[in-house]
Amino acid sequence: MSESDAHITIQDLTMAYGDFVIQRDLNFTIGRGDIFIIMGGSGCGKSTLLRHMIGLKRPARGDVLYEGESFWHADQAMREKMMRRFGVTFQSGALWSSMTLAENVALTLGEFTDLSQKEIREVVSLKLALVGLAGFEDFYPNEISGGMQKRAALARAMALDPDILFFDEPSAGLDPISSRLLDDLILELRDSLGATVIIVTHELASIFAIGNNSVYLDPEAKTMIASGHPKVLLEECTNPTVQNFLRRGETKVSVA
Amino acid sequence: MRGKARFRRTDFTLIIQECGPQALPIITLISFLVGLILAFVGAVQLLQFGAQIYVANLVGLGMAREMGAMMTAIIMAGRTGAAFAAQLGTMRVNQEIDALTTMGFSPMEFLVLPRMLALMLMMPLLCLYSDLLGLLGGWFVGVTMLDLGAVQYLKQTQEAISVMDFSVGLIKSVVFGVLVAIAGCLRGMQCGNSSSAVGLAATSAVVTGIIFIVVSDSLLTVLYDVLGI
Repeated sequence: MSESDAHITIQDLTMAYGDFVIQRDLNFTIGRGDIFIIMGGSGCGKSTLLRHMIGLKRPARGDVLYEGESFWHADQAMREKMMRRFGVTFQSGALWSSMTLAENVALTLGEFTDLSQKEIREVVSLKLALVGLAGFEDFYPNEISGGMQKRAALARAMALDPDILFFDEPSAGLDPISSRLLDDLILELRDSLGATVIIVTHELASIFAIGNNSVYLDPEAKTMIASGHPKVLLEECTNPTVQNFLRRGETKVSVA
Repeated sequence: MRGKARFRRTDFTLIIQECGPQALPIITLISFLVGLILAFVGAVQLLQFGAQIYVANLVGLGMAREMGAMMTAIIMAGRTGAAFAAQLGTMRVNQEIDALTTMGFSPMEFLVLPRMLALMLMMPLLCLYSDLLGLLGGWFVGVTMLDLGAVQYLKQTQEAISVMDFSVGLIKSVVFGVLVAIAGCLRGMQCGNSSSAVGLAATSAVVTGIIFIVVSDSLLTVLYDVLGI
């Protein structure tokens, strides 16, 4: 990854709730088309970092740059414009429970595009078919399974063909097969949309299967202690905490 | 950004239904009984002077100027304010509000505005309905227990209260509607990140709502007095 390819840059980012610092001095770049993994033990601030990147929480210090442009120093209108290029799926899916799947996906289309009702319906069906939910347009989120909710949330996130897809623990609560299928879907989408993907997870199988860049946040050091390709980290990183994490606490394991 | 209202019409219709027609049964019961109670309280005193016909004045003025708006508001704080807080609180816990924000929708416009508009529209209607039911309650006591003529009671009521008295109550009810919506939505949006927090949000929406209602009612009553209406 060359510098010119940097899509997202995290610059001296310090995250804090009041006086309580969660992570400090984070610096890393995410290349265009990367599948970037944010990993670390529970409570280290992975999801909080994501919230900083998608505009839900203002950093205590530092900034996030998208294509070299400051996100947090931009004015509200500019920031909203940048946010329109994001697609976000939340940990619980966060589908709007009072709307059908089709309405969930259609909401942003109706608001931010000039498509006609008929075109919107077609795009919605297409997006739902893309995540394997064709025919579920008129179901409400509570009528489908957790795995389907996650996929529907992904369809909603993709409605506007975003440049950047954010996933917060996509495989949490899914069985290994579903979680594998979701990984494949993410890879497919990255290739077809040409999007940059950022995933918060601690699912080792997923990390090695799809990640090509990563950062490890440590709750004790309160900063990042490793970054790079997960498989390279596994082989070359000398930090015992990172090794412990990547090998599930076992020191000597051959990696498939 | 376009100038159109940024919430869904279907949502709005649903909220209107929730905080309008569906509240009618309880408003009916409570208002009728409040009219009845006012009549009883007045009758005990007025009977001593043989002036029981003035029960009609007491009930009419009491309902139109004060009790109709107040009782409707308190019912709506318990019913709809709590529901608003629970709905928004659950959406907060499920990250549905975060999802709205990241997708470029303001939760204020999308969730709070339709609820506030719905209550502002429905409260005066419910209040008027409550006024009439209260009058009916008073009339019932007057006719059955105080030996007043049915028509005589109505005539007395007609002479005692004017359109102005009704409008005083209706204006109050619009203000209460806004306050109940604010209390409900505020507590819902402030909701913490757990299911017990949703319960707390609903509870505090009711408490906040009732405090808002009673305090603003006192202020309005003083204001009306100063303005001489």
